[in-house]
Formats: sequence, structure tokens, C-alpha cells
Amino acid sequence: MLITVTLNGKKQQSDVEPDMLLIDFVRAHGCLSVKRGCETSNCGLCTVFLDDKPVLSCSVLAARADGKSVTTLEGLQEEASEFAEFVADQGAEQCGFCNPGFVMNVIAMLRENPDPSEEEIKEYLAGNLCRCSGYEGQLRGILNFLDMRRRRDQI
Amino acid sequence: MKTVNKGVRKKDAMQLLTGKPVYTNDLAPAECLIVKLLRSPHANAVIEDINTDIAMKVKGIEAIYTWRDIPEGQMRFTCAGQTYPEPSPYDRLILDKHVRFVGDVVAIVAGENEKCVDKAISLIKVKYKVLTPLLDFTLAKDNEILVHPEDNWESLCPVGADNKRNLCAHDESSSGDIDKTLSECDIVIDRTYHTKAVQQTMMETFRTFCTIDMYGRLNVVSSTQIVFHCRRIIANALGIPKTMVRVSKPRIGGGFGAKQTSISEIYPAFVTWHTKKPSKILFSREESMTASTPRHEMQLHVRLGAMRDGRIRGIDLYTLSNTGAYGEHGPTTVGLSGHKSIPLYGSAESFRFISDVVYTNRMSAGAYRGYGATQGLFAVESAVNELAAELGMDPIALRELNITREGEVMPAYYSQMNTSCALDRCLERVKRMINWDEKYPCRDMGNGKVRSVGMAMAMQGSGISGVDVGSATLRLNETGFYTLNIGAADMGTGCDTILAQIAAEVLECDIEDINVYGADTDVSPYDSGSYASSTTYVTGKATEMCALELRSRICELGASMLGVERDKAEFDGRAVFVSDEPEKRVELFDIATASMCGNNIALAVTKTHSSEISPPPFMVGAAEVEIDKETGEIEVVDYYAAVDCGTTINPNLARVQAEGGILQGIGMALTENITYNENGRVLENSLMQYKIPTRVDIGHIHVEFESSYENEGPFGAKSIGEVVINTPPPAIADAVYNAVGKRFYELPITPEQIANAENKFE
Repeated sequence: MLITVTLNGKKQQSDVEPDMLLIDFVRAHGCLSVKRGCETSNCGLCTVFLDDKPVLSCSVLAARADGKSVTTLEGLQEEASEFAEFVADQGAEQCGFCNPGFVMNVIAMLRENPDPSEEEIKEYLAGNLCRCSGYEGQLRGILNFLDMRRRRDQI
Repeated sequence: MKTVNKGVRKKDAMQLLTGKPVYTNDLAPAECLIVKLLRSPHANAVIEDINTDIAMKVKGIEAIYTWRDIPEGQMRFTCAGQTYPEPSPYDRLILDKHVRFVGDVVAIVAGENEKCVDKAISLIKVKYKVLTPLLDFTLAKDNEILVHPEDNWESLCPVGADNKRNLCAHDESSSGDIDKTLSECDIVIDRTYHTKAVQQTMMETFRTFCTIDMYGRLNVVSSTQIVFHCRRIIANALGIPKTMVRVSKPRIGGGFGAKQTSISEIYPAFVTWHTKKPSKILFSREESMTASTPRHEMQLHVRLGAMRDGRIRGIDLYTLSNTGAYGEHGPTTVGLSGHKSIPLYGSAESFRFISDVVYTNRMSAGAYRGYGATQGLFAVESAVNELAAELGMDPIALRELNITREGEVMPAYYSQMNTSCALDRCLERVKRMINWDEKYPCRDMGNGKVRSVGMAMAMQGSGISGVDVGSATLRLNETGFYTLNIGAADMGTGCDTILAQIAAEVLECDIEDINVYGADTDVSPYDSGSYASSTTYVTGKATEMCALELRSRICELGASMLGVERDKAEFDGRAVFVSDEPEKRVELFDIATASMCGNNIALAVTKTHSSEISPPPFMVGAAEVEIDKETGEIEVVDYYAAVDCGTTINPNLARVQAEGGILQGIGMALTENITYNENGRVLENSLMQYKIPTRVDIGHIHVEFESSYENEGPFGAKSIGEVVINTPPPAIADAVYNAVGKRFYELPITPEQIANAENKFE
């Protein structure tokens, strides 16, 4: 079936199988940041934006994206880098495999709630699993980033 | 120090965080055949007939292989990544007529895409002769059901293995007369503990792609911790010369020991070797949960003897370990259950440690961070906590009385000297961090909840003494930057960066001036691989030695350019100068340039290192938990840890290692479990059932360092990777006791068990 998807700002028409998953669609279109960590919507690694809302691309059919815009980390490099520096300064990226989904969801969170509390951060990101870091370093990275933004905004 | 002991960013951090395509499946050629496996639904069966005719007719199918495609006389092999001759028995074939657990491989199917492969798999007709499975590991030794009855089963090392008894290994060691010691003790704690198999659950499942290169050789790219062992395993499995195999690893999405076993490599290797076409395999999460290489389930019987004054005099440990259907890492993991728990107690005058490792018709076990020490420490540390309660002593005070100290010989640790140890300071530090005296043992919060604390100690090794080999090659390039080539595998841990920090410290350059490449069997100098907490200590030392030698060579070429004797010149990282006349100097840039024109002094050095000792890192951990008196719900509110890993080469990365390891240990203590139904099928086959901690399951983890200085390590460093997973199970179990009043001897400790405990909270 033919679908029209705006992938990272680029509108394109594709012929896809009706049962193709969005994760396989975006990876087939070169968006290799999107990772599969499970098959049961538990890990958060495959998070992408569908019309600017975070979704698990392993649980969405590509056909569902017809007429919509899809954003992956490839389309958010600048925004991601600004935040990612703070995680890098903690060494909390570790193996990196969960990073793209995590960074996507952090961006989504901050768009919804620019100044979240620690509890709100934990709740929002509860679906993003990480087996390396114990989450502490990721949290320190987020808090330091928010701190920097607050101080920057005051100036 | 300028670079060592600094929390510099990991060299690959920003690439990883911004989602660059650097992992196995990102790099696999698009034209790869998709490889999938038909797996056995039976725990113990013999394939009587297998028909692939209809499956082969599916459009797009390239090949289907069954046990008939394995040549008669093919030798068995192990998938364990260990130094040859491997202690793990040679008990596998790629495809065998006898399948030994639910999930064992029956057929390899390769085709153009996933759909046709799935269809073909569903069309393969197999007739099994179903045999009674051996599922209970306590009944396995000398059971009439044999997991490996075959005659070509082989054990290469004297580990006490006997396939006709279901024995993968047996060992005994002791010092002093333990029976006499225990008979003289005022009190003997005599308990049996049970730790379950748990999954590493790295986020990237097992995966490999293979191609044939320009020389007709098999080129294997895999998510592996062990490129060199992997080359041998593949050659053994396929029955082809090792010269025909090259293995390299890109970025790895987590390992934790899982990828110290060649779980996925042999299947696409087989397909590509026979079809000469590129192929890849990606394990599903379900396969990674049901047919992989989890921690060995163990039953540990501890007898701990002490006097009324708290002096621990003897420890007697018997460990029964379940290796499952195959023996990967069976003989070695069990050893750590005793040799890395008993030596914590330097006061003990005698010990005995006996172990059996048995085969069963369950998923094969393997290497997982902690590697047996985790299981042993749960038992021994729990027994010591119970002793403290029996004696009415504070558990920290009891430890202070009995711990091993720097300069002492550790009889149960291969009689090695304790060369560097801050365990005493770790105890003090954690006591302060958690505010122990105020919180121990428990407080009723008045809202239906109880808060309590518990603690434990841990140790591990730093590489395998006399066995593990680390190497580094350093080269000076034009303009004066360096290339560091290693065979160790950075699996997210940051060893590429840590080793570059060590080289930069010696060469007095910026870490940006060192490019790191690894690991590739065709290019890298030999390294056993990244496991056994070896990389910083063993390969780090090789890197230090290598950088020192390169310094000397640079100085030699610089001196000859200045026209002075080698011993009259010095190098300061930027230039070689004459010692007496520092203004006479030649810049590194010019030395590098000169090294590429009319030069006879190689500015490339390889150094190899192996250590005769394995200095233990030590740590102390303490948990504060909150338990709901009605539901038994338990939350780790705070976890405190003080770690002695020697010098922290990179404090940021050491901290994250500790935080991550502690949370894995908390998972093992409270939620993670692999259980089987009566037919031997794993019930926790996805992340839906197998519950690893999320960020809402933990309050905070607080890590501090109490460093000793290890003379044999690079800049005083020991290891950090494994020791950090060991304290949560016993610390949390004791915290639960301190709140509930009931001891738990089996993991995980669940809210149901707490809620159902008799006489609780009395």
C-alpha cells in the first residue's frame, strides 16, 4: 500500500506492506538511531515522534503514519546534542543502545513540561529502560541540563 | 596526574547519545540473508525424523540446515569464551540429533527476508522421540537420565567432569581442619541458600553478521566481548582452519558477561561459509530470555563457626551449581562462589570449599557480572549477618573484627597476599554515609510502613591470574598524534577511553591526541577479551608499559636528530630536548615527520602483559528499605556504597559502573527470576514477565570511593566492573529481616513472600 509520510521534515511516498511496523519503516529509510530492544512495548528504545507525540515505533504500523509526520533522533540532532553533552559529562551514556529512545523522550518531556521535578522526570521516563547506568547518571545529566537552562534564562 | 583519575568524557559518548549507526545491525549489508532458528519445544528429545522439503519450496529460502548437515566425526566444542584449553567441556554441536532444553536448536533457516524464513520454519516437520527431562538440579548428580550420554563429549581440563554422572565439574579445597574448628566454636550458623538463574538483559540482544572477504575468508562482525576466543569457537564449530576466520566487533549494546559466550555467531557463520553469501542473525528478546546464557542457579550450604566474642574461626561451604544443558563457564563460575567470599574473613583459621556443577535439561547458564561470587557472597554474607543477630552484635562491628587486611595472606584466595585493601575504610565510610547507628536496625514510620537497613561486603578479582593476557599497540603518526590498538572490547564500559587516558598520561599528551581502535582479530594485538574484571588492570598495565616503551623510542629518534646520545635526551610530551641544554630541542611534529622519511627506528610498539596475581577490589554496601506492613511491598529508598577499586582511572565511569551494577544486584534481590513450567519451558520470556528495575523502582544510589593503591596495576588501579553487583542481595535480605523478623534464604524476595511470612513485624 502507498503511504505518504513526512520523515524528519522530508515528505515522501512509499509502498509498504500493510503489516509493516513503523520501526522497520524508519530503519529502512536510514533512521538507524531507532533501536529494537524488545517485542513487547516494554523498553522505550524505539521511541519516535508521530506528529510530535512520542510513540513506541515497534507498536505502531507504518500505515498509521500515513499523512503524518515522523521524527527520529536523526531529525533532532541539534536539540539532542545540547542535552546529550550533560549526559556525556556523567559517563552515563554507557553502551549507548538505549540512548536514542531516552534522548527522544527527554526532548518530548521538556517540550511538555520545561521545568520538571525529579519525580516528574522519573515518572515520564519510567518506560525507558537502561541496564547499564542504574539511571542515576542519566538523572544527574538531566538535572544539570535543567540547571544550566535556568541560569541561562535568568541572564 | 593530568589525565588519569579525571572524569573525562567517553571518546564515543556523543556519537552514542546522538544515535549514530555504530552497532552490528546498523552496519550489516542490506543484502544479508536473514538467519533464524527452529528451536525444540521439548526439554529432552531425540530427533527421529526431520523433513524440510516443503519448507525449502518457500520463495526466497536459500538454505535449511539440520543435524544431517554436520559431518560425522565433527568434534564437539564449547561456546564459552575462555583461554584454551577451556575449562568448559566440549559438549556442543551446531546442530545435534539430541536436543537438551526447550529452545535448543533444531534447524538453521536462511532466506531473503524475515517473512519467508518465518514461513519456512513453520513448515519444517520434525518427529521427536520425547525423553523424560531432568529438571531438578538437586537430583541431577548420578541421575539415570543423562543430559550428555554421548561418547564424543570431552573435557579438556582436569575439572572433575564426568558426563556419565551429569557432572560438569567437581572441586575441593581447604586449609586447616574445618571439622575440628567448627566443633570448638561457641556457635555455628548452618544454613542453605538458593540463588536463581537471572538474565544479563543487556539492551542489545545477541547479533552477528558474516560476509566472505576478498581473500575468501569468513568475516564475522559481532556484538562480542571476546573476538579472539570467538575466532577459535567458530573455527571449532565449523571444522574449518582458524586462518579462515576474522572476527571484529563494532560498538556493543551491553554485555555483562552474556557476550563472553558465542551465542549467536556460529549460526550465520555456518550459513555464510556454506552459501558464500552475507547473512545475519538478530536474536529476538524472547530468544535472549529463553535460549541464552544466564547466571548459574546455585544452592549453597554454609557452616559458619564463631566464638561468643565475635571471632569467626571457620567457614565450610558446599556449592551445587546448575549449568543447564551445556557447560559454558560451569567449572569456573562455581569456584568464585567460595574463593571470592570466604577470603573476606581473614580471621578464619580454617575453611573448606567443595563444589559440584551439574547438567540439567534447562537453558544453559553462562557468565554474568559477578560470575559465581555474587551467589557465594549472598550465602556467606547472609550467614555472617545472621551470626551478628545471634550474637547480638552490630553487623559492621562484627566485620571490623574479622575482615582481611592489607598485607595478610588470604588462604582461600589461592593463598595470595592481600596487596591493596581499603575494606576497613569502606566499612567506616558506609557506616557514616547511611547514618547507620541511627537507622539500624529499623524504624516504624507510623504510616503502616517500616524502614530498615542492612549491609554486606564484597570482593572480586582483577583478571584471571597467570591466564589473562592484555596487549596494546601504540603508534606515532604524522603531526604527532597516536593510534592505540587493542583487543579488549569496549562494551559501553569505556575501556577505549580509560586505556587512552593511561597512554595519554604516560605520553604527556591530550586524550584527543590518541585514536583508539579495537577489536579485530586481524589487526589487534592479542587480548583474552573483556571479562573477569581484567581490562583496566591487565590491558591497562600493558598500555602503560607500551606507552613507556614508545616514549623511549621517541626519545631515541629525537636524540639522534639532535646528534646526542639517547641518555642525554629527554621527552616532555611535546619535544625531545638535550637534558643539559633544554633550548636544543626537536618538536614531536618533526620527530613524527622524520619517522616517515629515511628512518630505521620503528615508532610503533606492542606490549603484552599478564599478571601473576589478581588483586581483589573490595566494597561495602548498605541498603535502606521501606516495607509496607500490609502488602509486603518493598522499595529500596537509598543504597549506599563505598568501593575500593584502587585508583579510579576515570571516576565518572567508575561511578556509573557502580551505580549500574548495584541496580542489577537490586533486581536480582527483589524482582528478577527465571522459572520453568513442569515441561521445562521458561515462563519469563519477555520484559513483560522478567522484571528489571525501572527508574521508579529505586530511590537513590550513593557511591563513594575509598581507594587503596595496587602496585601491580596501572597507576594503582584494580578492577570495578563486577564487584559492584554483589552486595545488594545479602544487604537487602538482612534489611528485610531487620524489618520483618523473618530471614529469607532464597532470591528474589517478593512482596508476596513478605506478606505471607508468619509472625511478621513482631
